[in-house]
Amino acid sequence: MSAIRYTKDHEYIRINGDVGVIGISDHAQHALGDVVFVELPEVGKTLAAGSEAAVVESVKAASEVYAPVAGEVIEVNSAIEEKPATVNEDPLGAGWFIKIRIADTRALDALMDETAYQAFLKTLD
Amino acid sequence: MTDTPPSEPLSLTPLHALHLRLGARMSPFAGYDMPVQYPTGILAEHLHTRAKAGLFDVSHMGQAILEGSHAAQRLETLVPGDIMGLAAGRTRYTQFLADSGGILDDLMVTRLPGSPERLFIVCNASMKAQDFALLREKLPELTLDVLEDKALIAVQGPLAAEVVEGLLPGVQSMTFMQGREFEWRDSPLFVTRSGYTGEDGYEISLPSSQAEVFAERLLSHPDCLPVGLGARDSLRLEAGLCLYGHDIDTTTDPVEAGLSWSIGKRRREQGGFPGAARIQTALAEGPKRMRIGLMLEGRAPAREGAEIATLDGTIVGAVTSGGFAPSLGRPIAMGYVPREFAAAGAQLATLVRGKALPARVTKTPFTPNRYFKG
Repeated sequence: MSAIRYTKDHEYIRINGDVGVIGISDHAQHALGDVVFVELPEVGKTLAAGSEAAVVESVKAASEVYAPVAGEVIEVNSAIEEKPATVNEDPLGAGWFIKIRIADTRALDALMDETAYQAFLKTLD
Repeated sequence: MTDTPPSEPLSLTPLHALHLRLGARMSPFAGYDMPVQYPTGILAEHLHTRAKAGLFDVSHMGQAILEGSHAAQRLETLVPGDIMGLAAGRTRYTQFLADSGGILDDLMVTRLPGSPERLFIVCNASMKAQDFALLREKLPELTLDVLEDKALIAVQGPLAAEVVEGLLPGVQSMTFMQGREFEWRDSPLFVTRSGYTGEDGYEISLPSSQAEVFAERLLSHPDCLPVGLGARDSLRLEAGLCLYGHDIDTTTDPVEAGLSWSIGKRRREQGGFPGAARIQTALAEGPKRMRIGLMLEGRAPAREGAEIATLDGTIVGAVTSGGFAPSLGRPIAMGYVPREFAAAGAQLATLVRGKALPARVTKTPFTPNRYFKG
């Protein structure tokens, strides 16, 4: 089973060995509202932790998606560029953004697990 | 309308409790706690309004009655619209102008029947305090009755007439930009067939105490759903309608804003409104810059502030409103460019995150208006 970690900016990274699948949390997609545009990085791009990995736009506004940890982009989900609503419908599944090769998996320790993230969300209400 | 950060406690409209019950996501707007969207979401609310009917709480807007001898003639000293020529029961769009010819606010004026002359005014929430101060200062011989205890509810969409007719028999026979009084449960209502979506529809002014039950009755119609400010903005953008503080402000005059149609022939000839010299020159010679519509070719929206460039990269203007057009499934924008770049069909680009996004100058409205003209 793969582990999932979250950032305070509401990105998630689902971990499989040294590969991480990055997207935005259900809370984030709900807060954004209807997603109408996604801009994804080039495959091969090297992302620093906290750097801009993608752009997601709702009807109202544009937001950045930051890399939870450093790594190299190995795949992007072009399907959400064609059908951005997938990000709302299935943020943790079909609505993923990018896959990265994680530079140093120890960096994941600084992120929140599911329990910690749910507790963090409660502090935002 | 402008969305300024709150510096004091937010005001609530008479429908505030209803918005909360309906699960609205609330946000500060022009000093009011307003619904941005309901659980249906902005896209669905937008498309529903185009297909059926949407109910909008616009009670934050300013409502007032200007009354007194020669009220229309006196108001014409502040606006370029033909108010004297406005028949009783007719509504007209115009603008308060600064001496520079820049726009202080835009407003709707309806002449009420009877004597002395009475004009019903609806203006933007963010500018209403300034507008009312201007009227009191410049037109002291008239009485300004600010309608603090009235709500304003808009019903918009192709089924708006059917929805409102159920409560107010007779509204169906009104035509676009007509206004008249109705009575509902012994309360006086004032209804205009107008709106801010490009669709047929009504704006209904009614006592605050009746607003919630009236709105609930409208919403009990299966085709009428509540719609928030998010979709109100995307609907008016598709309709090519200006948002005050964004597409028009004190730095833009009505001619370059594409609002010359709202300046009557007599007013063009006679002037007599603030900034008349600048506006008459612009009318005669054509404006130096113009508000344009832009149809973007990719999927990425260009938001307010994005620069507009020619194909060779020269920056010639900026986007004043922009976003995703739900009815068209693609991004659109409005902005200002020098007249030589404003011809419909011209190729330009908007600069977003360092990229030049191709865009074509497009006549507005982007979606056809569907006003009921009888």
